[in-house]
Amino acid sequence: MYIIVVGGGRVGYYLTKALLDEEHEVLIVEKDVNLCEVITEEMGSICFRGDGCEASTLAEIGTGRADMFIAVTGDDEDNLVACQVAKHKFNVPRTIARIRNPANEAIFKKLGIDVTVSSTNVILEQIEAVVPTHPLTHLLTISDKGLEIVEVKILPDSTIVGKPIKELTLPKESKLALICSKERKPRLPTASTILRAGDRVIAVTTPESEEALRAALRGD
Amino acid sequence: MNVVIMGCGRVGAQLAGLLDADGHSVTVLDTDAYSFRRLPANFGGTALIGNGLDQEVLKRAGIEKADAFFVVTQGDNRNVMAAQIAKHIFNVPKVICRIYDPLRRDLYQALGLEAISPTTVFAQILKEKLES
Repeated sequence: MYIIVVGGGRVGYYLTKALLDEEHEVLIVEKDVNLCEVITEEMGSICFRGDGCEASTLAEIGTGRADMFIAVTGDDEDNLVACQVAKHKFNVPRTIARIRNPANEAIFKKLGIDVTVSSTNVILEQIEAVVPTHPLTHLLTISDKGLEIVEVKILPDSTIVGKPIKELTLPKESKLALICSKERKPRLPTASTILRAGDRVIAVTTPESEEALRAALRGD
Repeated sequence: MNVVIMGCGRVGAQLAGLLDADGHSVTVLDTDAYSFRRLPANFGGTALIGNGLDQEVLKRAGIEKADAFFVVTQGDNRNVMAAQIAKHIFNVPKVICRIYDPLRRDLYQALGLEAISPTTVFAQILKEKLES
């Protein structure tokens, strides 16, 4: 495959190395003359000095026959424009953009970029996988009544997702007080309220039934 | 009209002053507070520090109620991206951006952005000066 990589920084450098090892034809486009020299010295003449957002540069390096176009500069806006030029001017079948701000994912998708890779999100997910985030958070203790107010997050793999509250087996010392959903106003729970993944449930419970409450909201 | 301007350089500041004097409600965005010195002393609009590529910042600038959005920072790509966010995410009715690079301007004009290349415009003016 002919693959064009825009940005010869660390990500572009190691990505290109990996792609070359897999015997692809790779070309890096990099503005900085010093980076170009380092890459050329180490990997041969696979670096073109130029602006990967400029149509004239992309024409010169044969973007029209590229199978894949990967923009991995450190700036989201540069990666967006490079991919848009590759897509709309040269009809590259697969454009991939690195994004720094995870919030940009939606706009990139909307604007026709085939794949986005958010380094921030990848790192966050990795860390979250290693550090299991407890789905139950203590918000307040009402010590003279022996009660506490907690927040429980409904995880996507919970078996109670999509079910009404009346089907839960809640411990009798626990009461659900409020349901906070991402895209809606907080609601007071009723027997027929349906719980969804990502909902945050505010509940009143005794410390003793805390574990039972958590289990009930997890569905096991 | 509610107008948001991203970039308070010479063009952005002058435009903000003109629109403010005409009675429009103007918000100017820039990442550097020092840029706001260019605004006229009697500027009655809002000057806001922040990066217009950040959708939260755009919301704070009132993009959701804006009738028009002008993008005039120094970076072509920044302008292109902010303009597309305003047009496609916030559905601002009138979005105009500056793109210095004439080729890039042509591409984005074809993709539906209202884009002006000062390079082309100025070269044209100079040519006309010679011919007149």
